[in-house]
Amino acid sequence: MKFDKPATDNPIDQLKVVGKPVDRVDGRLKTTGTAPYAYERHDVVPNQAYGYIVGSAISKGRIVSMDLTAAKAAPGVLAIVTAKNAGKLGKGNFNTAPLLGGPEISHYHQAIGVVVAETFEQARAAANLVRVEYKRTKGAFDLEAMKDKAEPAKSIAGGGTSDSKVGDFAKGFANAPVQFDATYRTAYESHCMMEPHATIASWQDDQLTFWTSNQMIAWAVGDMAETLGIPKEKVRAISPFIGGGFGGKLFLRADALMAALGARAARRPVKVTLQRALMPNNTTHRAATIQRVRIGATKDGKITAIAHESWSGDQPGGKPETAAMQTRSLYAGADRMTAHRLAVLDLPEANAMRAPGEAPGLAVLEIVMDEMAEKLGMDPIEFRILNDTQVVPDNPSKPQSSDPQSKKPEQQTKHIPHPPFSKRQLVECLRLGAKRFGWEKRNPQPAKVRDGKWLVGIGVAAAFRDNLLTKSAARVRLDKRGVVTVETDMTDIGTGSYTIIAQTAAEMMGVPLDKVVVRLGDSSFPVSCGSGGQWGGNNSTAGVYSACVKLRQAVEEKLGLEAGQGVFADGHVRSGSRNVSLAEAAGDQGLVAEDFIEYGDLDKQFHQSTFGAHFVEVAVDSFTGETRVRRMLAVCACGRILNPKTARSQVIGAMTMGVGAALMEELAVDKRIGYFVNHDLATYEVPVHADLPPQEVIFLDETDPISSPMKAKGVAELGICGVAAAVANAIYNATGIRVRNYPITLDKLIDRLPEPA
Amino acid sequence: MKPFTFERATSGADAAAAAERHPGAKFVAGGTNLLDLMKLEIETPTHLIDVNSLGLDKIEKTPEGGLRIGALVRNTELAADENVRRDYGVLSQALVAGASGQLRNMATTAGNLLQRTRCPYFYDTNQPCNKRNPGTGCGAIGGYSRQHAVIGVSDACIATHPSDMAVAMRVLDATVETIRPDGSQRKIPIAEFHRLPGDKPHIDTVLMAGELITAVTLPKPIGGRQIYRKVRDRASFAFALVSVAAIVQRDGSGRVALGGVAHKPWRIEAAEAEMPNGAKAVVARLLAGAKPTNENAFKIKLVERALASVLAEAKGA
Ligand SMILES: Cc1cc2nc3c(=O)[nH]c(=O)nc-3n(C[C@H](O)[C@H](O)[C@H](O)COP(=O)(O)OP(=O)(O)OC[C@H]3O[C@@H](n4cnc5c(N)ncnc54)[C@H](O)[C@@H]3O)c2cc1C
Ligand code: SF4
Repeated sequence: MKFDKPATDNPIDQLKVVGKPVDRVDGRLKTTGTAPYAYERHDVVPNQAYGYIVGSAISKGRIVSMDLTAAKAAPGVLAIVTAKNAGKLGKGNFNTAPLLGGPEISHYHQAIGVVVAETFEQARAAANLVRVEYKRTKGAFDLEAMKDKAEPAKSIAGGGTSDSKVGDFAKGFANAPVQFDATYRTAYESHCMMEPHATIASWQDDQLTFWTSNQMIAWAVGDMAETLGIPKEKVRAISPFIGGGFGGKLFLRADALMAALGARAARRPVKVTLQRALMPNNTTHRAATIQRVRIGATKDGKITAIAHESWSGDQPGGKPETAAMQTRSLYAGADRMTAHRLAVLDLPEANAMRAPGEAPGLAVLEIVMDEMAEKLGMDPIEFRILNDTQVVPDNPSKPQSSDPQSKKPEQQTKHIPHPPFSKRQLVECLRLGAKRFGWEKRNPQPAKVRDGKWLVGIGVAAAFRDNLLTKSAARVRLDKRGVVTVETDMTDIGTGSYTIIAQTAAEMMGVPLDKVVVRLGDSSFPVSCGSGGQWGGNNSTAGVYSACVKLRQAVEEKLGLEAGQGVFADGHVRSGSRNVSLAEAAGDQGLVAEDFIEYGDLDKQFHQSTFGAHFVEVAVDSFTGETRVRRMLAVCACGRILNPKTARSQVIGAMTMGVGAALMEELAVDKRIGYFVNHDLATYEVPVHADLPPQEVIFLDETDPISSPMKAKGVAELGICGVAAAVANAIYNATGIRVRNYPITLDKLIDRLPEPA
Repeated sequence: MKPFTFERATSGADAAAAAERHPGAKFVAGGTNLLDLMKLEIETPTHLIDVNSLGLDKIEKTPEGGLRIGALVRNTELAADENVRRDYGVLSQALVAGASGQLRNMATTAGNLLQRTRCPYFYDTNQPCNKRNPGTGCGAIGGYSRQHAVIGVSDACIATHPSDMAVAMRVLDATVETIRPDGSQRKIPIAEFHRLPGDKPHIDTVLMAGELITAVTLPKPIGGRQIYRKVRDRASFAFALVSVAAIVQRDGSGRVALGGVAHKPWRIEAAEAEMPNGAKAVVARLLAGAKPTNENAFKIKLVERALASVLAEAKGA
């Protein structure tokens, strides 16, 4: 179905099942440990051997020689694959550096081989016997040092332009009575999902099947085929359960490729999990940024000029962190510019992590708004509200993009320089949040509120993240028991896809939830949007909606009912005097329908975004500078909430990640050697339960008919956007100390805290 | 992991003797540190002697009025012990500030004293490390050293000892009791138990080959307000940036030991004379001659302020 006109009333609007906070339909499997995750698929093929990945010990240079003698002779070893015997390999569309290195090495812990053995322990022991002689070459590992050599980014994730310009920023800024100009830094971060990348690969003749943990099944299949140089049709990926991804599993990674190569060499199914300590350097991470923001305003707080520039680095051929993007849409102002500069670095490959661009971008922009409000003597909420805009102030026309992550080349629609937002309730989020959080009790004077030894403060930040529309297909079956089965290669990475898809099908077909079976994550199913960029919920359910519309038609047709007149409810279809059970309608053969949602140019006519406001209260230990978050509230306006329970889980998880980014998460670079040193969970700290207070989430009652027939939008990434800045602003309010360099660890506060009595 | 043989010892003397029979042997208690290091081939014992059945898992009063803690007493049990909580509060607090509930259920008193450093270069076998691989150099010096030692360091190693429990033991003047392969026993004051790195950072303690810890004894309780304050980047489940173990008496006198600053629990008795003069004065003596790196220089001020916080808390009670 093509969605090119705003949605009108449809069966989803009944909200009998959709919109209800139902428990996860896969909850029992998860809580009983019976959900089949990739590495535990002992059932799928017999005789699985174990692969262990050898990671490069250097960051840049080449392998001079590899001595495999001892490793080959070690007990249980079946095969060893390195670049030397892997055969010719291509590189996936979504990979920047090759997944298998050698002789050239692109980054630390790049896979240089896999050792396959009868047991995991044997594979690991043998891997340690591989002797490698390297020749190091000099690399660039320091963004700060490379900043001035950074260039305009040629390619932007999702397509789009590196730079944008409206009016004359330099002039507007120079003429502004109140000016602000500061530079900030955000850190390298690691996804650190619970389940490491893992794959079991099995060949049957020239047909490869791999059970894996991946957010984007079709991308994984495509890049596996591309890398191995075999047709896509010969590759099947299965990934029904995923223990978290956060963008770290958007792409084919070394676990999958090395399992496939290992299985081919050993002539046996092979399973590989990426060692936890390899994950930060072997896989992707969120790039660090340097960001400069300038704002010019009138004395009464109207922004007249705004500029946001961001510098980040990546491997040769990589992409920038798009940290300045949201500044094109968030606040008004006539004279403006944004720019992304990309430095070539030899650190591991940077790529998307939850809310790429906006997460670090708002971490900065929303401190700037706080600083500017203070400079203007304004309340930071009022300052934001005053500069709200209902149209996009800066919407550069997109070039045709060869980027596989971007949508198909645009249709010939006229470029609209200032499209209206389909729905924008930022002001409502800020106002309601302020009321609920008790903003009026905030002392605008920093460092004035004490609770014993604690310095207490509250902070706010706006949340913003675009809503992305992409094609998504599904197949729906109705059987003679009246059971509706949905099949789509959509993934559930812990987000709740199973549940909202089941709710969608139940609503559409008029059956209770327990009459719906959802099957996900298999490349033999129709291609969905996959999970990423907070596009999964809206697009995948819209695809299921489309397929269900077709199935309803098939039912009507089969029963000879007038098209579109059937009322689907209580497991029956009614039309006029006829009332037939769906089981009967399906009959012995059953009925099948398949369709997809695809989009017209509504997202060009209207800009689609999600909005929110984050409120945070912190207490800072006046002696040690330790920050403890005391309260958090997020108010979100992001279309129809398909399931308030799973949506809330997404938002509080994202808020937790935002606290991590604000207070502790940082991959530390050893600039001499060129790698992330703290590459395990003991040394890369993410928040633990004790770091989080009770978190509150409010969803505004909103539907967005421009978005899809579901009238829903993304929510999972909105939840992290702005959180770090809200924490930073709360720390400032508590202590009077402005830290412009994330994470805000105690060493950045301690010199400026009041002397202990 | 390298292949190894395994045996279960039945008495202390038996275990020590077994260690002598197998050069390259190691004792295994809770295994929470040793097994991780074996998987990474940082520790490569050829033989493991399981000491869990030695009957060394009791906490008893000593004739001197102190406590004798068996080497195999689990951290959880020790932290919860009635006498420890009443008379040696700093020890109980230090224990629960460490690791997680699950780990403390396994971790033993001896194993905790002997846990190895958490230096990330020590853990990454691609990197140089004099402690793991003598003579290869120190990755941390000039590298990522935020967590590292600020005092008692050498040109060969700037690692810290990561234990919380040991810091409390140090402030309590504990004694480590051992048995050697020849059957002889000795008592090692905790102050002398851990070494500074010097030019032999691969040697953490004064224990000899095959020497088994049988118990740790605490002297008679000395009362006072006892506080263990651990400072870190997150609220739980992280090693200390710095920690302060303090015993403060009513008259303001007292004792203080530090964690997270040196290759051993750090205590300078002479500095304690300054206790009544406040944290600044104490730390000036306690950390005199400190040699921090650029990345961890903040620890000096942090110690000072953490101690100030502890002294304020002690006064408040
Ligand atoms: C994730 C994690 C977090 C942690 N966080 C903290 C923390 O915050 N604070 C903290 O203090 N600790 C922490 N620890 C360390 C933990 O306290 C130690 O791993 C534990 O105390 C070791 O005790 P064990 O009995 O398991 O020792 P084992 O691993 O069994 O042994 C450790 C060493 O002691 C030797 N040994 C054991 N018993 C004897 C004996 N009787 N005589 C002679 N030698 C012996 C072994 O040969 C080995 O060399 C953490 C550990 C982990 C894994
Ligand atoms: S500080 Fe010590 S443990 Fe760390 S790398 Fe240097 S020698 Fe090794």
